[in-house]
Amino acid sequence: MGQLYEKDMSGCGIVGFMSENGKVIPGDRVITAMASMHERGNGLGGGFAAYGIYPERADFYAFHMLLDHPKAKTETEAYLKSRCSIEMDEPIPTRRNELVSDPPILWRYFLRLKPESAQDGDEEDAIVQMVMEINAKIEGAFVASCGKNMGVFKGVGYPEDIGAYYRLDEYQAYIWTGHGRFPTNSQGWWGGAHPFSLLDWSVIHNGEISSYGINKRYLEHFGYQCTCFTDTEVLAYMFDLLIRRHRLPIEIAAKIVCAHFWDEIERMDEKQREMFRTLRTVYASALVNGPFAVVIGHANGIVGLSDRMKLRPLIAARDGDMLYIASEDSAIREICPKPAQIWMPRAGEPVIGLLKSPQVETPASMRRLELFQMQLSN
Amino acid sequence: MTLSLYPSEFRIARDMDRCIACQVCVRQCANDCHVYDVDDDCVISDERYCVGCHRCATLCPTNAITIMQNPNHYKSNANWTAQTIKNIYKQAESGGVLLTGMGCDRPLPSYFDRMLLNASQVTNPSIDPLREPMELRTFLGSKPERVTLARTNEGYDLTTQLSPQLMLETPILFSAMSYGSISYNACLALATAAQKAGTFYNTGEGGLHKDFYRFGGNTIAQVASGRFGVHAEYLDVAAAIEIKIGQGAKPGIGGHLPGEKVSEEISKTRMIPAGTDALSPAPHHDIYSIEDLRQLIFALKEATGYRKPVSVKIAAVHNVAPIASGIIRAGADIVAIDGLRGGTGAAPTMIRDHVGLPIELAIAAVDQRLREEGIRHRASIIAGGGFRNSADIVKAIALGADAVYIATSALVAMGCHLCQKCYTGKCNWGIATQDPYLTKRLNPNIAQRRLVNLLRGWSLEIKEMLGGMGINAIESLRGNREHLRGVGMTQSELDILGIKAAGEAW
Repeated sequence: MGQLYEKDMSGCGIVGFMSENGKVIPGDRVITAMASMHERGNGLGGGFAAYGIYPERADFYAFHMLLDHPKAKTETEAYLKSRCSIEMDEPIPTRRNELVSDPPILWRYFLRLKPESAQDGDEEDAIVQMVMEINAKIEGAFVASCGKNMGVFKGVGYPEDIGAYYRLDEYQAYIWTGHGRFPTNSQGWWGGAHPFSLLDWSVIHNGEISSYGINKRYLEHFGYQCTCFTDTEVLAYMFDLLIRRHRLPIEIAAKIVCAHFWDEIERMDEKQREMFRTLRTVYASALVNGPFAVVIGHANGIVGLSDRMKLRPLIAARDGDMLYIASEDSAIREICPKPAQIWMPRAGEPVIGLLKSPQVETPASMRRLELFQMQLSN
Repeated sequence: MTLSLYPSEFRIARDMDRCIACQVCVRQCANDCHVYDVDDDCVISDERYCVGCHRCATLCPTNAITIMQNPNHYKSNANWTAQTIKNIYKQAESGGVLLTGMGCDRPLPSYFDRMLLNASQVTNPSIDPLREPMELRTFLGSKPERVTLARTNEGYDLTTQLSPQLMLETPILFSAMSYGSISYNACLALATAAQKAGTFYNTGEGGLHKDFYRFGGNTIAQVASGRFGVHAEYLDVAAAIEIKIGQGAKPGIGGHLPGEKVSEEISKTRMIPAGTDALSPAPHHDIYSIEDLRQLIFALKEATGYRKPVSVKIAAVHNVAPIASGIIRAGADIVAIDGLRGGTGAAPTMIRDHVGLPIELAIAAVDQRLREEGIRHRASIIAGGGFRNSADIVKAIALGADAVYIATSALVAMGCHLCQKCYTGKCNWGIATQDPYLTKRLNPNIAQRRLVNLLRGWSLEIKEMLGGMGINAIESLRGNREHLRGVGMTQSELDILGIKAAGEAW
């Protein structure tokens, strides 16, 4: 077998929370929440995504790189320079910690795409293409995240140790997501930890995608190459496809990935029935099947979603402008002891949190959707 | 008459202690193998014409009859087998083409038998279809690449209009069997069963008897090179239209319906004189390349107001993948691919047994090619050709088929014993015959119930297998080759099928 593909058979712990008013929250909160679900991981992967952490460089694509050796770094830099101008680059700050061993070189680059690098003037497609090429072609290099004003911090270890290693307490973000892995078969690879991210999309995932084989082939049709050796990345790419490229609203994208059962569709009124029947027919290969719970982050909010039968736990809470989503209510209560509202979302029913006023002026995932909706309203 | 060197294929053993000379076997055998001897008040058998259909043995009230292979052996010879020698005797006596019925019976490798399915353990729970929803509903037809919606005050409006689709409650259709090759009652049973099970049956190239117009919503009307029975009303009543280019049992040649089977009713339905051989040409005489096919596809779409999906059926041949691609680019909504083991009412034995590809390889090659070309969504794939059980179907869908056509198994469900003599018109089971004395043996009500039962049983098994894989909708299996593993295959066979070897993990 040429490729090392590590299917992420796992029972993991996930958490995601945000301030819908866009207030920033320090990173120690997400570490505290994850630490309470220590038992759900086995120390073979922990990671976080944070949104709003680079306000002073919000216009640049922030590439968080995991580099196995200096040669990978040299090659990556040469590749980046061929397509982009590098505004600034630096090591990602870390704090040595005996619980985290063998880290790769962790480096971040703030990039602006050269105008000639954008195919058909589409900057985001060009960035996606770059990520696919780096991951597939540069040995030892892996793009952990590439979105604007956000970043993914992940590695091999328990999430609370990884969070401390990356000094997350020093970051302030309006969205945090966190993940602790329990892989049943791990190569101990830093790139294999969650979240998986593309542009401003990030996904943390508990479960196994039994439809992986077809989801992967479907995404290949649209130019996505699943190279992260895990089934989780299909979710990140799927949402990128549905929302950014096909311009579908988030709640519709959620109902494609977690389609209504046919008998539910049959019970809808005629207009709805026609819409969901069409969506399910056209996007049959985008249905994500198998037990999962995910929290998807993007520049303007978070979406929590479980599979159509809810074979993985997911609980949500609201308190003031805060929305919390987690595998266990303990993780929520650890950082919000008495939420105003706490509930178990139904199977396949998305929990959606959105910034009241977009923190980022032109978030990658939303810009085209808004343009599209403006066109419609005109 | 000179002595035939062609030995009888079977031995009929009659247990005289059991035989009560009731003559059921005499009346049942259309091949006249059993004769009542008035003088001795006993039944004797002449096995020269026995085809091994088991009609007599099945109906014998005292189980007095046993049919067995003729035990006589020729001198062992790996090259000159008994079948080879007998074929030569037959042709030396007749000077004709060897004819046969049903699908290829040679022991070629079955890739279905060399593929194994996956199931969940621990890390993802298997799903119990008796307790949880398990969805087999399938839509066949061309799909757009994406859906567009418009925002409204209440939500969203659909702005994408789907082209016509066939909705199936289970991904199994009855494949083309013409009225003519099979009896009225057999057609009626197939149509009724398709309607009851929420799926479709296919007219084959025999046109549609007016009595069956009421099943139009479950009918796929075939347009073949002979154009038998094709007229405006025929196209109008059907749910979909299928252009038959080829069939797996006889790629490269046309259909054969011997005049013996062309009765008055069939002559009316097919619009040909009674008693004449209905031989459809090898090619369509208006299709000499892909651009001609495109014209026919759109002529049929125009004729039916773009209200019905148009399928194009081809035999699986070496170039099947680019051919399928061309067919889709020519405007077909469905490509039906028929593999080497697909059956027929009549085919030259040499062609049936030596031309074409196993359907497993054809599905894999076509699905992969269409994905590489970015046109997989533009048409559905129906695979046909020797599906013996629900596991074969699950494997075909995992390789990339949207649905499967079954015909041999449907005939077996109705009582066929696979004697491969459909072309003689003497089917003792009343299926592949037009002799009124024989056709009345097939009770269409019982036959349709058996067909519905078969579809139900297979659907239940498909649901169990899906649940075992941790999947609750058929679309998550379609093209999902991660759930297949190969045993005893070469690397190039694994590569063509796009699957890993058994023992390789994810």
